[in-house]
Amino acid sequence: MKKPFDRRSFLKVSGTALGIGVLYTAVPLVAGGETGEMMRWIGKKNGEATSPFSFVQLSDAHVGFNGPPDPLGTKAFERAVEMINALPQQPDLVLFTGDLTHDTEDKDVHAQRMKQFMEISRRLKVGKIMHVPGEHDAGLDGGAMYREFLKDTYYSFDHRGVHFIGLDNVSRAKPEIGPEQLAWMKKDLARFPKSAPIVVFTHRPLFDLKPEWEWFTSDGDEVMNLLAPYENVTVLYGHIHRDHEHTEGNSRHYAARSLIFAFPDPEQVQQKKPIAFDKDHPFKNLGIRLVNEKAGSASSSTVSVQDVELTLQEFSEINGIQQVLKQPNL
Amino acid sequence: MINARSFRRAFSAMALTLGVVVLLAVTNASTVKADEANRVIDITAKRFAFTPNTVTLKKGEKVTLRLHSEDVTHGFFMRALKIDEVIEPGQTKDIVVNPQTAGSFTTICDHFCGANHGNMNMTIVVE
Repeated sequence: MKKPFDRRSFLKVSGTALGIGVLYTAVPLVAGGETGEMMRWIGKKNGEATSPFSFVQLSDAHVGFNGPPDPLGTKAFERAVEMINALPQQPDLVLFTGDLTHDTEDKDVHAQRMKQFMEISRRLKVGKIMHVPGEHDAGLDGGAMYREFLKDTYYSFDHRGVHFIGLDNVSRAKPEIGPEQLAWMKKDLARFPKSAPIVVFTHRPLFDLKPEWEWFTSDGDEVMNLLAPYENVTVLYGHIHRDHEHTEGNSRHYAARSLIFAFPDPEQVQQKKPIAFDKDHPFKNLGIRLVNEKAGSASSSTVSVQDVELTLQEFSEINGIQQVLKQPNL
Repeated sequence: MINARSFRRAFSAMALTLGVVVLLAVTNASTVKADEANRVIDITAKRFAFTPNTVTLKKGEKVTLRLHSEDVTHGFFMRALKIDEVIEPGQTKDIVVNPQTAGSFTTICDHFCGANHGNMNMTIVVE
């Protein structure tokens, strides 16, 4: 049986199933709630108002990829940018969780791909775009080229009462965070009370989702140990090219769909092979199909919205996060 | 009385003896490890494939997997069988496995080795 739901004390995050990423809304609720107090505390520290805000997660554009699973190249990414720009209320942030580009051992070509990524993302009206690398961005050179374009591969910042932590689990040869970054993260977290709302964004899952498909971070358990005392943690990641939800302790983990091609459910197939491209439904499995189905329309311009409420563990028992479906059309 | 020259000789002889003892210990350890296995299977890593691509073991059979790399550093990782190795080029790495569970286990290179790294894997079948 669920505990009574205390609406004064939770951080609400709304997820919008645009098929291109997820739109989240962070809402500090009425005075008195511990999380609301923490949001005001963090916001005050940074001179920011703790009013509701939204942000979008995008992932895995693989700019430069042009293979059989998706001969359309950057079309889905460009469509995502158009859809975000068309939102009636612009989000504050876009978080890009890695694999901005597809790798090539020709450094000049890879740099051209990064420039193309930057050109498309600059079309976004959103003023603040934050990134972390994927292994296709940073694996070949340990993140050197990525840093030339986008500076740090891991960092943190506060935005309107929420603490965001971008983690790099791709720049080392193995799929890991590494001791240096773990030490930095421990120090970064130390200044926050346990009820502070925290959003971690990274590329690979921080838990063993499917190790034999390299869907894991070998020292992800050490990251989760650092986060374990915190009551309100959301982890956003990419890499797996499909949506997925996972709860671990007080934290909820969400994977975003790709903007290039989808992978199948690893529980259903043994081989890791992209889902075949369907020329009649070019954005199928990138999420656009889901949008059409929900809207009951063949038109991909009709978008249905899924709102997700993230609540504190203490108010929602094992579920951790309440998901409330709404379906307004944008 | 021991002079400096005879001390150096004695020391050199002692160091040589000690070196031989250490070498034998290492060799013996290696030999014992390999001898414990019923058979040795060579596996070669080269961007972006393992050869052979499939090996078949028997449940409860102790086998030495002898890993080589023909080009760059590779990983050899299989969580279920508790294998997590790095294969350096020019070196041979022996690992002894004794699988207790039947099944088909995908083993991957988890050390980023190039632009097609994500597709580098092989299968260990345990019957």
